[in-house]
Amino acid sequence: MDAFFVILTGSLVAVTCGILGIFLMLRRMVMIGDAISHSVLPGIVIAFLISGSRDGLAMLIAAVITGLLTTFIIQFIHEKGKLQADASIGVTFTWLFAIGIILISVFADYVDLDQECVLYGEIAYVPIDLWILPSGIIMGPRSVYMLGTVLLIVVITILFFFKEFYMVTFDQDFAVSTGLSVTLWHYILMALISLTTVASFESVGAILVVAFLVAPPASAYLLSDDFKTIIILTVFIGIIVAISGYFLAVYINSSISGSMTVMAGIIFAIAWLLAFRRRNFQKSLKIIKF
Amino acid sequence: MIIHVDQPVVEVHDLTVTYERRPVLWDIDFTLPGGILAGIIGPNGAGKTTLIKAAMDLVVPGSGFVRLFGKSLKEVRSKVSYVPQRRTVDWDFPASVYDVILMGTYPSLGLFRYPRKAEKELALDALRKVELEDFKNRQISQLSGGQQQRVFLARALTQNADLFFMDEPFAGVDAATEKTIIKVLQELTSHGKTVVVVHHDLQSVAKYFDWTIMIHSRLIASGPTSQVFTPELVEKTYGGKLDLLTEVAHLLQTEKLPPRED
Ligand SMILES: Nc1ncnc2c1ncn2[C@@H]1O[C@H](COP(=O)(O)OP(=O)(O)OP(=O)(O)O)[C@@H](O)[C@H]1O
Ligand SMILES: [Mg+2]
Repeated sequence: MDAFFVILTGSLVAVTCGILGIFLMLRRMVMIGDAISHSVLPGIVIAFLISGSRDGLAMLIAAVITGLLTTFIIQFIHEKGKLQADASIGVTFTWLFAIGIILISVFADYVDLDQECVLYGEIAYVPIDLWILPSGIIMGPRSVYMLGTVLLIVVITILFFFKEFYMVTFDQDFAVSTGLSVTLWHYILMALISLTTVASFESVGAILVVAFLVAPPASAYLLSDDFKTIIILTVFIGIIVAISGYFLAVYINSSISGSMTVMAGIIFAIAWLLAFRRRNFQKSLKIIKF
Repeated sequence: MIIHVDQPVVEVHDLTVTYERRPVLWDIDFTLPGGILAGIIGPNGAGKTTLIKAAMDLVVPGSGFVRLFGKSLKEVRSKVSYVPQRRTVDWDFPASVYDVILMGTYPSLGLFRYPRKAEKELALDALRKVELEDFKNRQISQLSGGQQQRVFLARALTQNADLFFMDEPFAGVDAATEKTIIKVLQELTSHGKTVVVVHHDLQSVAKYFDWTIMIHSRLIASGPTSQVFTPELVEKTYGGKLDLLTEVAHLLQTEKLPPRED
């Protein structure tokens, strides 16, 4: 049963991140996902200080605010400060992450958090951390509910606004010419990524979030030219990564998050070789440059 | 020579656009009648792309304005279609020809609605017009430059607009494709629609365009092609580079332009 919940948690994160990662990848913005997954840390700490707990709405709201703030600062430094996009991203998220770490150490007595946990998570504890109703009924692992909710939010948003996301991703100028706001959809995407990160940070940590944002979409992109197929493949690959990563960890008696990340890399390598064999040579080369 | 018209479909008024304090378009002022095929010509970097981007609110003008059908773009957006330069998008994007063409119907659908039979008919019709029936399910990464250009044109057709701005629809296409495209554009104008096209090939200007706009950062000429497409004005558009530079330098001294803050 424990194995089931660990794999379920990993899969929920994989699917959520994968769906969002497809849009990031196609807009060449994977690094922003990386940035946000780290920079929400100060938001998490402040929410913890205010609300005194790790779960609940305060945490989600704080994450969205910090995530959007990160996006805004990156944009601001890039446009007004005339710094290259990748440099603006690097400056912003390291700075925010550092603030988070300082906050943790200053308020160490009040905050039950540490940066190790934020980066690597503690997925093995998922089955122990249960949601228990006041009446005493045990509902199951807390993170499964949290991640399930976020997955639902992500899927519903993308389904409802697929047309808009699709247009903005493929052809920005055309999208703007029809009256869409590229900025608005950009911020919505970033808000969703922030939500995902904060919901996953305890269980899987920021590193695995980044791996799931990048590897399954990139693998799927190499294997297909059709948007819907890419979405389905991404979901499928994400789940495979979660399952195989878990068993790898058990087999070599190692970190679960680490093993899942390794599996994500291995599956990407396989996809790359398959694409190479399909003579999808140009795509294989291009993706290395991301 | 600038010839103005009454009741213009496109009115560009005292338009100035600057990128980082550098004027790219300077005091552009012209009007276009409806139902014509108009060509914008000028050397590389003359500001042709910037001009149609300004018309589509994609760049913010330093001063001046553009009115379409006598209104601001916001009020008439559904009647206006924009075809960007082909190279502005990633053609490795996972989409088929049909997917991209169908995208032209999205704006009229609004939120939460997806293409139904009517929209699909429209897309298939556009596909036929640009002679890409056989490529319907082809991935866009596997198209030639001319085919990509026709995909963009077909997407614009499904928008059912009355006014079209197209950035170099003839760039990198062969003679046969050029014929197909011009046929489509002429059919549009024959139905009273207005088409404004950025164009590079001076050989075909007189043959294709009812109206010609010549720019080189400033407006050199705007009027019926037969009247404005003269050797002197073409020379002025393409040859007068040195003159223009001295003119801008002069303006800077008299502080008509904002002084540089370095
Ligand atoms: N985003 C931008 N930032 C700064 N300068 C720009 C930008 N876009 C264009 N420019 C400059 O503005 C000038 C006009 O550019 P524009 O693209 O409008 O020219 P064009 O007439 O379309 O040229 P081409 O024939 O090469 O397409 C050029 O000198 C260009 O360098
Ligand atoms: Mg141009």
